[in-house]
Amino acid sequence: MTTMMATPAHTDSGTTAGRPEIRPADSAPVSGAEDYIRIRDFNFYYGKTRVLFDLNLDIPERRVTAFIGPSGCGKSTLLRNLNRMNDLIDGIRHEGDIFINGRSIYDPLLEVISLRKRIGMVFQKSNPFPKSIYENVIYSLRVAGRRNKSELNETVERSLRGAALWDEVKDRLHDSAFSLSGGQMQRLCIARAIANHPEILLMDEPCSALDPVATGKVEELIHELKKEFTIVIVTHNMQQAARVSDRTAFFYLGELIEYDQTRTIFMNPASEQTEAYVSGRFG
Amino acid sequence: MKRFFDEELDQLRSHLVSMGNLAISQVRKAVRALMDKDPGLAGEVRAGDNDLDRLEMEVDAEAISFMSLRAPVARDLRLVVVGMKAGHDLERVGDEANNIAKRVKRVCTQPPVKPFPDLPRMAGLVEELLRDALDSFFEGDEAKALGVCERDKEVDRLNKEIYRGLASAIAAQPDILPAALELMFVSKSLERIGDHATNIAEEVIYLLRGKDIRHAKRLTGESPEELLANGADDGES
Repeated sequence: MTTMMATPAHTDSGTTAGRPEIRPADSAPVSGAEDYIRIRDFNFYYGKTRVLFDLNLDIPERRVTAFIGPSGCGKSTLLRNLNRMNDLIDGIRHEGDIFINGRSIYDPLLEVISLRKRIGMVFQKSNPFPKSIYENVIYSLRVAGRRNKSELNETVERSLRGAALWDEVKDRLHDSAFSLSGGQMQRLCIARAIANHPEILLMDEPCSALDPVATGKVEELIHELKKEFTIVIVTHNMQQAARVSDRTAFFYLGELIEYDQTRTIFMNPASEQTEAYVSGRFG
Repeated sequence: MKRFFDEELDQLRSHLVSMGNLAISQVRKAVRALMDKDPGLAGEVRAGDNDLDRLEMEVDAEAISFMSLRAPVARDLRLVVVGMKAGHDLERVGDEANNIAKRVKRVCTQPPVKPFPDLPRMAGLVEELLRDALDSFFEGDEAKALGVCERDKEVDRLNKEIYRGLASAIAAQPDILPAALELMFVSKSLERIGDHATNIAEEVIYLLRGKDIRHAKRLTGESPEELLANGADDGES
């Protein structure tokens, strides 16, 4: 399952000996790149506290990759590094590198804003803006100064259809986003996240505040969205990881314990720690 | 609402349809090979058994995968469990057909036994039971499933009659003993196939109603019908 490989910072050569890299062992063929997101020798620190340890993994394009593990294992921290959200926190630093489609996200020539445009993010608690449904969806286009009415209308319909919300709200697009149910609000946030044609969707426990019906709809949606986007989802719900993801990475205390096809992780994991965690015998 | 993993359940059902059709075809061919004394046809049955074995393994793999990854509950869970059990029953039906086919050559080379009309009658009935058990599964037909359980008693009765008839024939004409013994085993195989059809029918009841009617009379003193009529229905989910 493991191969030895390390990657120098800010390059994409992907060679030389070093720390173990974990790749899926029996990967199903993917329609895009197997290593669309490449994480290499990645360490992360809050002040003097190291929270991620020598992470190496490849995340495939247009697939769903789940990060699982107990609280404090570093899964959300890693997720928030993929779009450099952690840059907003004082006293953080990293070592190693992360490449998206072959380019380092820490390349000094790369603007963080342009990186974040390529990566939509959905959070645990839905966070619509205090605006109409319509304005929520096109918020990023408005900020970018786009005014073409037909383009905006097209974006609203495409994004809401993409988020499986169009049929429920098409007759009340100008109502407040707060008039929606919790599940609808979360799907509105997904619509907002995909409005700007991102390449990647990061989801940080997107269903933890939703009831089972709304959760089912979001899971259906994730299954549809992966045809177009590369999705990375952090979840505490192992059944959800099993249902929606193609690959699963199990983290513990900031280390990547095992990364493989989801069916392998849940049916026959290599690590005893993974086995204990997915079967609820952990700790 | 159709869920994205429903197609996995459709795939499981589809493999069970294939298994069911193949198992029935294997039984039919084995009995015909015996009646027509056709070792070539018996050879086809033996080759076809591998396909049933492979399908059973596919059904098991799909069911285990579904249980691991989709966390099924209620009717989904019952369907997956029943699918595995029905797959096992159908594989055993294939084994019994194979057992019958193995005996064709030996029957052909032994002094003939006088025709036993109960044997083809029993084979026809067993095939019907198997077909009805599978139809009850795919159509969700409780009455048809209960009918299979009831009609299996006729198969048991025919088996006993054939046994007695063959025993009398052996006493009257000892040189037919080897062939008659083979026919006794054939009758026993058909009786076992009837049992597997009954198992599938009982599993269908569990799938539809969430109630286990196996051994009902012996363990609870109630007939399957009484058991289903009494108490809460656990299956509507």
